[in-house]
Amino acid sequence: MMKYAVRAEGLSVRRGRHEVLRDIDLAVPVGQVVGLLGPSGGGKSTLMRSVVGVQERVSGTVEVLGEPAGSPGLRRRVGYVTQSPSVYRDLTVGQNLRYFATLVGADRGRVDQVLGQVDLGGQVDQRVADLSGGQASRVSLAAALVGHPDLLVLDEPTVGLDPVLRRSLWQLFATLAASGTTVLVSSHVMDEAARCDRLVLLREGRILADDTLPALLDRTGADDAEGAFLHLVDDAAAGRTGSSAPGRAPHRSRR
Amino acid sequence: MNPTRTAATAGRVLAQLRADRRTLALMLVVPCVLLGLLAWMSQDAPLFDRSGAQLLGLFPLVVMFVVTSVTTLGERTSGTLERLLSTPLGRTDFLGGYALAFGAMAVLQALVATAFAVWVCGLEVQGPVVWLVVVAVASGLLGTTLGLLASAFARTEFQAVQFMPAFVLPQLLLCGLFVPRDQMPRALELLSAVIPLSYAVDALGAVATTVEPAAELGADLAVLAAFAAGSIALASLTLRRHTP
Repeated sequence: MMKYAVRAEGLSVRRGRHEVLRDIDLAVPVGQVVGLLGPSGGGKSTLMRSVVGVQERVSGTVEVLGEPAGSPGLRRRVGYVTQSPSVYRDLTVGQNLRYFATLVGADRGRVDQVLGQVDLGGQVDQRVADLSGGQASRVSLAAALVGHPDLLVLDEPTVGLDPVLRRSLWQLFATLAASGTTVLVSSHVMDEAARCDRLVLLREGRILADDTLPALLDRTGADDAEGAFLHLVDDAAAGRTGSSAPGRAPHRSRR
Repeated sequence: MNPTRTAATAGRVLAQLRADRRTLALMLVVPCVLLGLLAWMSQDAPLFDRSGAQLLGLFPLVVMFVVTSVTTLGERTSGTLERLLSTPLGRTDFLGGYALAFGAMAVLQALVATAFAVWVCGLEVQGPVVWLVVVAVASGLLGTTLGLLASAFARTEFQAVQFMPAFVLPQLLLCGLFVPRDQMPRALELLSAVIPLSYAVDALGAVATTVEPAAELGADLAVLAAFAAGSIALASLTLRRHTP
């Protein structure tokens, strides 16, 4: 039986009068890199916050690692990295990571380990304010890694990175997944789809598809993820939403 | 409350302060400069002995209020608060860490300002000088807790700085420094009884004019502590784990 790190059913989120997520079902298998793809404003960040349990006005159920999202017991097991680097800019890389390590009860050796993983071993005594944007976002990622989380939720971690660094980060995600960590990572760059074990295509608060890349290409007859995405958007516009999520009625009756 | 996480948070806040040498210098030097000005202005030594002592309670409140509200607002806007609250760090650990760190700064500031007032400006009080330091620290802690609370109502750093005149200047006018509280119109006298700075100023006045001020001080310090506890309790309600 497939084990899931995240299971959401009938997840809807309202922000103001706008419904950002509409009746979403999602299942993220354990130990995989799952890419959440789609245009900005499609609800990716809101979905991630719902999984981490810091989003308000959530209806439906979200279960993370067997507990309701946001349970106190999950705070040690879920690592969350927001889009803008949320670390202390006036402190050094080392000061930041030692602080976050203490909060999650990790030892000092772990700090050096994660700095190596995000390729910042040489910057330990530099202040975050003096780093480039890409380096700062890797400090933020490292701060989430120190606690050995079982689930990593990463909001656009590769924005603004050069291709070499992007590749090394995706390799890191694959390594983490191989060791049993589930990685839920968002991106609006479709060519990163090839790096993911599974893809969730999100647009205007709805899931267009939740599948592996080969299966998606097979179903849509497209050459790449972008083509598949466009195909699915056209399908949805033409009212043939049934083809985007097989086995699931497009307009389910609400419980 | 977890001691390790609280201490780590206090250490982190102090490290941030240490990284900002200019703020640190301003926190310690500005009170001394202002006390020096007041001493220079006051030809009348007894006047300085009273108002100089009372001023010692004002600085920590104002300075800690501004520094805490701006720092905490930074945590709210940079996303670090959201991240902290998604770790095992509790709200009381967070608030306790801030109170410890700025409390330590308040002790340092009170020591420097009191030493300057007594040794350089020749401030003479009837009561024991150590009580000046104690009241100054209490008012610094109060400033920190008020700042933690105020940061919840500001969206930008400009607003946070504007809260200083909004929260603190009315207290300054009404606390009895300019007009003794018992000579104010009745309505204002009642109003002055519910603002915390009145009690700090009253306590410091007691140290300045009474040889054995302990009894009067006890009541004032208790009121200051109650205000601090109340605002920290309210502040903890504003640390939300959720994004609306």
